[in-house]
Amino acid sequence: MNNIDPLRAPLKNARGLGSAKDGTRHFIIQRITAVALLVLAVYFVALLVSLAGADYASARAAVARPFNAILLIAFLIAMFWHGQLGMQVVIEDYVHAPGLAITCQLIVRFVCFLAALASVFAVLRLALGA
Amino acid sequence: MPSTARPLSPHLQVYRRQIQMVTSIVHRATGIILVFGGLLVAAALLALASGADAWACVTSLAGSWFGLLVLFGWTWALAYHWLNGIRHLLQDVGWGYSIAQFVRNGWISVIGSLILTAIVWVAVYSCGGIA
Repeated sequence: MNNIDPLRAPLKNARGLGSAKDGTRHFIIQRITAVALLVLAVYFVALLVSLAGADYASARAAVARPFNAILLIAFLIAMFWHGQLGMQVVIEDYVHAPGLAITCQLIVRFVCFLAALASVFAVLRLALGA
Repeated sequence: MPSTARPLSPHLQVYRRQIQMVTSIVHRATGIILVFGGLLVAAALLALASGADAWACVTSLAGSWFGLLVLFGWTWALAYHWLNGIRHLLQDVGWGYSIAQFVRNGWISVIGSLILTAIVWVAVYSCGGIA
């Protein structure tokens, strides 16, 4: 490193030359959503089991209950976020053609984001009685 | 840089099959399965929100042999990813790294996921089964 430019701080030279990724952010969010899902997934399976054999009206009523609606939305957001992060790593590891890799990453992000929006919208619609 | 293309680790052909590699691969595989399962969850919620006819479609699909197979597979994938995920979180804090512990915990994930799946489905059928 020859930082001979008297007008530029050393930070200017370091910037943009470090990790090309985003450091530990991905790892940490993957763990945070994992811990959330440890609880929320058990809740979700318990909700499904409790609705086994239920008719349409009682399934609607169950999802519309505020307690269930809030936890369902939390589950959906954590699940699609965690899923996107995991699929991102799988693609980074196994898809080596740059164009195909970027295409896959975009598809995974768009699909996970849209699915999260759509399912949260469905729960809100049930909960708010539209 | 040498121009010869050397094999990069991990290369599956050279290792004897062992529980450690199986649990790692299955964790990824179940993760991918669960993303597709999540899309089905989203579709089912949209159907529930959009009306009785759409919901009847979901329940008749879920009750068919193929639907039951998908639901059963989804339950196992979730049970495995959940249990093995706990194992990964414990490893993240530095626990369970001796070879003996590693092998034992791998088997706990595999056998435990089958037990959890059985518990869920016993509960489903004692609650009245799939609609």
